[in-house]
Amino acid sequence: MTLQTRIDSDKCTGCEACLPVCPFNALEMKEGKASVNDQCTLCGACADECPVEAIFVPVLEKGEGSEEYSGVMIFAEQRLGKISEVAYELLHKGRELADTLKVSLSAALLGKDVSASANRLIENGADRVYVVDHPSLEGFTDELYGECLTRIIRTSRPEIVLAGATSIGRSFIPKVATQIGTGLTADCTDLSIDTEQRLLLQTRPAFGGNIMATIVCPQKRPQMATVRAKVMKKGVVQPGRSGEIIPLEIDWAEMSPKSRLLEIVEEITEKVRLAEADVIVTGGRGLQEEKHFALIRELAEQLDAAVGASRGAVDAGWISYAHQVGQTGKTVAPKLYIAVGVSGAVQHLVGMQSSDTIVAINSDPHAPIFDVASYGMVGDLFEIVPEMIKQLKARMGNN
Amino acid sequence: MHIIVCIKQVPDTKQVRLDEKTHTLIREGVESIINPYDMYALEEGLRIKDRFGGKVTVCTMGPPQAESSLREAISYGADEAVLLSDRAFAGADTWATSYTLAKGIEKIGPFDLILCGKQAVDGDTAQVGPGIAERLAIPYVTWVRKIEEIGDGLIRVQRLMDDGYDRLETTLPALLTVVKEINEPRVPSLKGKMRAKSQKIGVYGTKELEADPERVGLQGSATQVIKVFPPPRLKEREWIEGTPVEQVGQLLGKLTKLKLII
Repeated sequence: MTLQTRIDSDKCTGCEACLPVCPFNALEMKEGKASVNDQCTLCGACADECPVEAIFVPVLEKGEGSEEYSGVMIFAEQRLGKISEVAYELLHKGRELADTLKVSLSAALLGKDVSASANRLIENGADRVYVVDHPSLEGFTDELYGECLTRIIRTSRPEIVLAGATSIGRSFIPKVATQIGTGLTADCTDLSIDTEQRLLLQTRPAFGGNIMATIVCPQKRPQMATVRAKVMKKGVVQPGRSGEIIPLEIDWAEMSPKSRLLEIVEEITEKVRLAEADVIVTGGRGLQEEKHFALIRELAEQLDAAVGASRGAVDAGWISYAHQVGQTGKTVAPKLYIAVGVSGAVQHLVGMQSSDTIVAINSDPHAPIFDVASYGMVGDLFEIVPEMIKQLKARMGNN
Repeated sequence: MHIIVCIKQVPDTKQVRLDEKTHTLIREGVESIINPYDMYALEEGLRIKDRFGGKVTVCTMGPPQAESSLREAISYGADEAVLLSDRAFAGADTWATSYTLAKGIEKIGPFDLILCGKQAVDGDTAQVGPGIAERLAIPYVTWVRKIEEIGDGLIRVQRLMDDGYDRLETTLPALLTVVKEINEPRVPSLKGKMRAKSQKIGVYGTKELEADPERVGLQGSATQVIKVFPPPRLKEREWIEGTPVEQVGQLLGKLTKLKLII
């Protein structure tokens, strides 16, 4: 039987109340009655609106055996042996979800010489840490990381698995979800629990941030999501908190990976780590020339900030693509974002508007960047920025 | 070399908005385009063909009108095009989409390389490429910013990471998802435009693909959208005025108070 929204044409009065509430334009009037087309996603908005209860939306039943899955698991990402910040953010959120569900929180840690870090995950809220510690996991490959995490999930059967929506998480988590045969929601910015149905409500932006969508995975387990970095808050470290560390043995001889990591090249000439930075200073077209990016770099240095760039600045060849913030670049959400000479095209705004505090400096008071700014400064950046550098330097001198 | 490029027809996201009152997508006047990232995948496929010979097949899943995107791809130089279209494919999430595309690729036949854009700009999931590779049991590399070498059944690439890049080698056949840094797409040729008009495009549905009807479309989707809403209203803005010296003084004072700077 196909799952489909059904409209009882005897009951339908043709009032059209359901039409405007459908988010997917899935309802049409045919011969004076409402009818459902292919666009329907069974969201149920129309059934709630129908005054005569003529609309029936099938409720997806939970899959068989879903009660065998219990607990929340987070993937504790590390790069070059250092646990990523997003892992701590996930532990905090994961703890909250696990407490709501009254289940335990576990972490999966993969890498080389990482066992010593397992305790830090426990101190940050994990009850259990599954560790695969092996030289072949030193660098990231989708194949080996995917294989290891799939095995951990199959062994421990969590009902929810969360990973950071980073270059690593967004790359190999789809492989894991496909191997396990469950759904996956990308790049979530909010997670909560529908306690009645015991479902993870996964909210994420779509259409370049113009629309938010809440997504569920009703039947398959575990429910998997990647979560945007810097959106969830970190928790308080609890030194001495106890938990269990479970090392997992993998039969490496039976693995015959098809891909091989040859080299990891860190671009250390500048602080490019946009996704993890607490402060970002971004330069745009308003800088006029490549050499003026030196102002942005100097200000960033004073603030210990990462350097960002608008698409315009990157396209002009003033700075490398690695610095680009926006829809076609990186999405960031630092505590402080300072936009200098950035007009604020929608593609740029969707990549930075969830920053905590946004400072915009621009000569045009009508620039769209001011719509998302916490503090707006209209003026000449060539006067304001040097003054900022000067005053910041003076403060350093006083400290 | 036989290179398959997966593309998606998407609404131009710059133009997509939700009606604030009804929370419905405003679709009027929204143009359909080839997902911008897929243009880089297509260009890279064409460059490989230029170097090694062979052919480029473009493949998409979508409604019948997605055919126009395939024709557009032909105008840039793609040799063949396949449209996976069936009413039963509607409402597919990334799980059902990657299943359907994998079935389509099996139908197309032997290949050396599959290229996809890193993600589509409407859904922004980046999940379909890896999903296809996993279903076809071939290796993949995401976020490819450069192909260094192809030969002896191996491909060597650079993968863009948050803090730099990785160099990897993988066996062929393989799937790559590419970032915009990889190339500068060409413009369509006149010859290509002519060919795009007349080229025959294969259309396959569930039956032709011998796909499991339980695994396609809404029916085959593991996830379900239960609500859409406009992004939260943006925060209050405060103007900081005065001479540059005053402006900066005020700003630094406020940022200090918020403990954002020392």
